[in-house]
Amino acid sequence: MARVVFDHVSKHFGAVRAVDDVSFDIEDGEFICLLGPSGCGKTTTLRLMAGLEQPTSGRIAVDDRDVTFAKPKERDVGMVFQDYALFPHMTIAENIAYPLKVRGAPAKDRAARTADVAQSLGIDHLLERRPGQISGGQQQRTSVARAVVHKPKVFLFDEPLSNLDAKLRVEARSFLKHLQVELGVTALYVTHDQAEAMALADRIAVMEGGRVVQMGPPLEVYRKPATTFVANFLGNPPMNLVPVKLRLDGGRARLQAAGLDVAVDPGRASRFRDGADLTLGVRPEHLRLVPDAGEATFTGSVYTVEPLGPETLITCTVDGQLVTARLFGDEPPELGDTAHFRIDEHHLELFDDAGVRVER
Amino acid sequence: MPERRTILPLRTGLLFLAPAAIFVVAFIVLPFFWVAVVSFTNRSLTGPGALHPHFVGLTNYLQLFAPRTFLQPGQFGSSLLITGQFVLFSALIGQAVLGLVLAWLFYRRESWVKQTVQTLAIVAWIIPDVVVAFAWSAFLDYGQGTLNHILTGLGLPRVDWLLGVPMLSIILFNTWRGTAFSMLLFSSALGSIPPSHLETADVTGANAWQKLRDIILPLIRTHIVTDLILITLWTFNTFTPFLITGGGPAFRTEVVSILTYRIAFKYFNFGSGSAIGMIMMLINLAFALVYLSLLRRREATR
Ligand SMILES: Nc1ncnc2c1ncn2[C@@H]1O[C@H](COP(=O)(O)OP(=O)(O)O)[C@@H](O)[C@H]1O
Ligand SMILES: [Mg+2]
Repeated sequence: MARVVFDHVSKHFGAVRAVDDVSFDIEDGEFICLLGPSGCGKTTTLRLMAGLEQPTSGRIAVDDRDVTFAKPKERDVGMVFQDYALFPHMTIAENIAYPLKVRGAPAKDRAARTADVAQSLGIDHLLERRPGQISGGQQQRTSVARAVVHKPKVFLFDEPLSNLDAKLRVEARSFLKHLQVELGVTALYVTHDQAEAMALADRIAVMEGGRVVQMGPPLEVYRKPATTFVANFLGNPPMNLVPVKLRLDGGRARLQAAGLDVAVDPGRASRFRDGADLTLGVRPEHLRLVPDAGEATFTGSVYTVEPLGPETLITCTVDGQLVTARLFGDEPPELGDTAHFRIDEHHLELFDDAGVRVER
Repeated sequence: MPERRTILPLRTGLLFLAPAAIFVVAFIVLPFFWVAVVSFTNRSLTGPGALHPHFVGLTNYLQLFAPRTFLQPGQFGSSLLITGQFVLFSALIGQAVLGLVLAWLFYRRESWVKQTVQTLAIVAWIIPDVVVAFAWSAFLDYGQGTLNHILTGLGLPRVDWLLGVPMLSIILFNTWRGTAFSMLLFSSALGSIPPSHLETADVTGANAWQKLRDIILPLIRTHIVTDLILITLWTFNTFTPFLITGGGPAFRTEVVSILTYRIAFKYFNFGSGSAIGMIMMLINLAFALVYLSLLRRREATR
């Protein structure tokens, strides 16, 4: 259990700014997900926390103790690597007990603690096997067991589920969440999978090009994405982003594009000039199918229809732009139909020409 | 089972094989049998054995192992002991340990020091024997040698390397000569360990010694076995010390390969020399069998 502080931390590899002026606080017992595309600096951030890399500048503290240049072993963290890094020549029991052995715990305590952890992770029947003789999911649990066995202050995970198949991944996800709540330990978790981050995190930090572009609870990040990048990264399918022109006329404001026309509260657009280029953002589940053009915000022709069971995804082309709607229950239109959609204004997000969200 | 497909008809294949096979038979297989036969005769270049060699049974072997002379200087037993020391100190301790230490020191580091040391080690390994031996003679010479000049420069007394401590000299020489092989082998072995394994150890708090003992050595065990066997065989059979000390002074550096040479080609006592050759061959065979069984055992535990 610990508080973690990143204070203007940067890590450069030559000309590459892998981590660029990152600051955040992690509260005691909080589960933080670092989310972003490949190469955005997630792993490097994690390694800075573990002490496997040293920052180019900035400060890292755990429980008010400065650990910026402390060795990994002085930080009391447990880490699960993407490849699990199980030692192939040791049994599962020896793997799990290794951190205890290194710390010189007596053999009896080691065995007891190993059995304990293995049982709570459901791998106690595998203790005598070797890593090569167990499944991917079991290897992942073994790796987690080894990371928690010495009760570290902070857990670090680097895409621990990415080597599992889809079904196992969902299972392992709930299991990790449960474990973290049970142990109440502070966790920093790296993933490029937005669903995983949404499901696990108390707060998500979205990274882009070495920077944290937004940090907040999953639903806040989902509902109020700080930039078009975040809007596009979260959600499956992601938020629809449509370039529009702002029309101000006599105290009223409208957003217009070919096939699209929607009124917005003039207050939201007050800092822009008439004719400004903005981006309209709307989540697929906030597009309502309406029967006729009269109430519609926009009209498009149906490009694909994907029935997924509880919902159906409809993708339309609107003047060459693809816009996806998620429909529940409605009788879906068919391929090639003309479909009319309505967007309620309170579901509509605006981004300025730099892609930054416009506050309401 | 998939049908075996051949590129060439068997006869054509054998034809291609023939030149190599002829050379192997002419220069390895036939001499081997010839040596085996000769080792039971009193064949020599001079004296009665030269004209009418005849079979003497086990006499040559019994002479080698005669308890009264076995351990006297210049005899087989003493030579075996010298060879044992030579292998132990120059190959197992010198080359293997030094090679591992160098590989470990330079593991995942890029610097000009690494480049320089590696290049020097490889140069020491690849230049021809005779050149190397000449250089070392010059290096170790009592009066004019580079090493003694360095020692005097540092205010230390001169050492008579070739006459005073000849064993130490050839051990240093052979260590220097062969370390590159072990270093390269261990470097590539270390390179095959996933970095996350060692980083896991770092995070769990293992110190350098624990990492070496618990993770690195077990993971590169098969490389170590291979290395030890190969350098043991090479060092056991090497003849190069002859070029530096000639086996002397007073047989003190006469390893078995030099003994064989002296008996067979200086005293021209082919029978006795062949007997030593046969025993060396058996010892080599024993090493090879141990090696193969270690490798097999590894596969079984996989
Ligand atoms: N040891 C390194 N040397 C040089 N560049 C590196 C090193 N580690 C990471 N990088 C670079 O830093 C950037 C961020 O990498 P990383 O943190 O691994 O991204 P992520 O985990 O988000 O995929 C990448 O451009 C990567 O190429
Ligand atoms: Mg990564």
